[in-house]
Amino acid sequence: MPIIELEDVRKDFTVTRKTGRLRRERSVVHAVDGISFAIERGTIVGYIGPNGAGKSTTVKMLTGILVPSAGRIEVCGLVPTEQRIPLARRIGVMFGQRIQLWWDLPLVESFALFRHIYGVEADRYQENLRTFRELLELDPFLQTPVRQLSLGQRVRGELTAAMLHDPEVLFLDEPTIGLDVVAKQRVREFLLRANRERGVTVLLTTHDLADIERLSSRILIIDHGRLIYDGDIGALKARYGTERVLVVDLEESGPPLRLDDARVVRVEGPRQWIAFERERTSAAKLTAQVAAQAALRDLTVEEPEIEDVVRRIYGSPPGAVR
Amino acid sequence: MGETLALYGHLIAARIRGQLQYRSSLVIETVGLCVVSFLDFVVILVLFANVQRLADWTQPEIALLYGIATLAFALTDLVVGQLDWLSSWVRDGTFDQMLLRPRGTLFQIVSSDFQLRRFGKIAQGIAVLVYAIAALNIDWTPARALMLLVTIPASAVIFISIWVFTICIVFWAVDGREAANAFSYGGQFLAQFPMNIYDRWLRRFLGYVVPIAFIAYFPALFILGKPDPLGLPEILQFAGPAIAVIAALAAGWMWRFAVRHYQSAGG
Repeated sequence: MPIIELEDVRKDFTVTRKTGRLRRERSVVHAVDGISFAIERGTIVGYIGPNGAGKSTTVKMLTGILVPSAGRIEVCGLVPTEQRIPLARRIGVMFGQRIQLWWDLPLVESFALFRHIYGVEADRYQENLRTFRELLELDPFLQTPVRQLSLGQRVRGELTAAMLHDPEVLFLDEPTIGLDVVAKQRVREFLLRANRERGVTVLLTTHDLADIERLSSRILIIDHGRLIYDGDIGALKARYGTERVLVVDLEESGPPLRLDDARVVRVEGPRQWIAFERERTSAAKLTAQVAAQAALRDLTVEEPEIEDVVRRIYGSPPGAVR
Repeated sequence: MGETLALYGHLIAARIRGQLQYRSSLVIETVGLCVVSFLDFVVILVLFANVQRLADWTQPEIALLYGIATLAFALTDLVVGQLDWLSSWVRDGTFDQMLLRPRGTLFQIVSSDFQLRRFGKIAQGIAVLVYAIAALNIDWTPARALMLLVTIPASAVIFISIWVFTICIVFWAVDGREAANAFSYGGQFLAQFPMNIYDRWLRRFLGYVVPIAFIAYFPALFILGKPDPLGLPEILQFAGPAIAVIAALAAGWMWRFAVRHYQSAGG
């Protein structure tokens, strides 16, 4: 039986806009416009889409913040808004940009308060805290007030707070936003272990395609409130490719470089844009090829954006997806 | 219930620990609040420097009304003063986070703050009350003493209920805080004076709609043994606790209704 189930879920917002001094215009926005999917226990699913696509609204409906305008939702066998409090004990939620921890208290005191709020037994709390202290290396800043933590430290604290009560489902909204590469990797590893060792189901929204690639086997793409893709990431890559772009600055302007397994897509003076597939070659191999042909001054690698992937899906012939 | 109270204790203790990190600023703010709120009473003293009586009430009698209303409101402010932040919490998503925790939203708001500096205003209320009692030469009976003891918490509950009920407007109009403040802070101001100085329509409003008359006016009449200038039934002087219960139930109902509206409209 799926742990998360949505059936033709809709959410409409009424937006009032001032059109004159007193006149107001009302219009209805379909933030979520008929979405159905089911998620099995113990899976990690990426929920992605451009800004304003309806991701957050969906997560708010799944966690009991918002009542759907129409349709049916079940999470852990409960109807979120009707059984908000029993559901809250069984799910964990972390919003990357919001702070749940107590700003002026040492991190460990926030954890103690969460223990009381969720009514976690002392033994289980101690055991979980020990596990997370080790996994997320919290010890160096456990006694530091939250306001003094770096973003990376705070995110590790927030993750711990979301996991202390052994949730069955973890909802993560942009968990790695703003983190450096090392911190991102640490968060991803933690989520994989939580999933593998504790069987936690994870639904995460993200803008970072790397998050999705490393973590989830299945992705859902939403745009304009509708589900436009539901499947595994491999199939998506095969269909739309995940081209990365190597941007090289050469010492001198010249004709487009000739490279194996890659092509130059744009030339602007001494700067050239080289598109390549991660599966076929690597940035290192390409750099060596470039350096053999021309004097290389500088280079950067551009990752594909979620927006590009969505645009490519739209660019494909109708009926190609779903 | 006991578990909830214990949790309230844990959360409030954490708030207090946070404030005790900055002791000197806490002392300055507490004394400052005490002095500033005392200015309200200075206005009354100035008034009575010019008149002997205000609508048949003497200066110490008004001080009794003022003391009861101020103390009850200061306690209210201590417990639910953070409702002033509700509109920004709705706007910035903090309220959404409260909906993610396995506790009632109103409980989370009440337990989210406890400003020690508000004891400055409590001290001022007590000081004026002590002055009034000393100056009045009240014929104390057990019933009158009991009335004073019961009135303070009952009136605080009435103020809390008015505040909770009216602040619900922010779930419909996020900028509605000012309108709600007219009732909470405005109610405190109106409760400090005898009802018979007000116009007929306002008296009715403060008696039947927003139960401000039960906060200080009716209990003070009983404690003073003063005949009601409005000639209203004596039973009203004992109605405070019952009004408090009704107001609390109405506020709780309104809160649930408002939160449900928020969840379906979506902020």
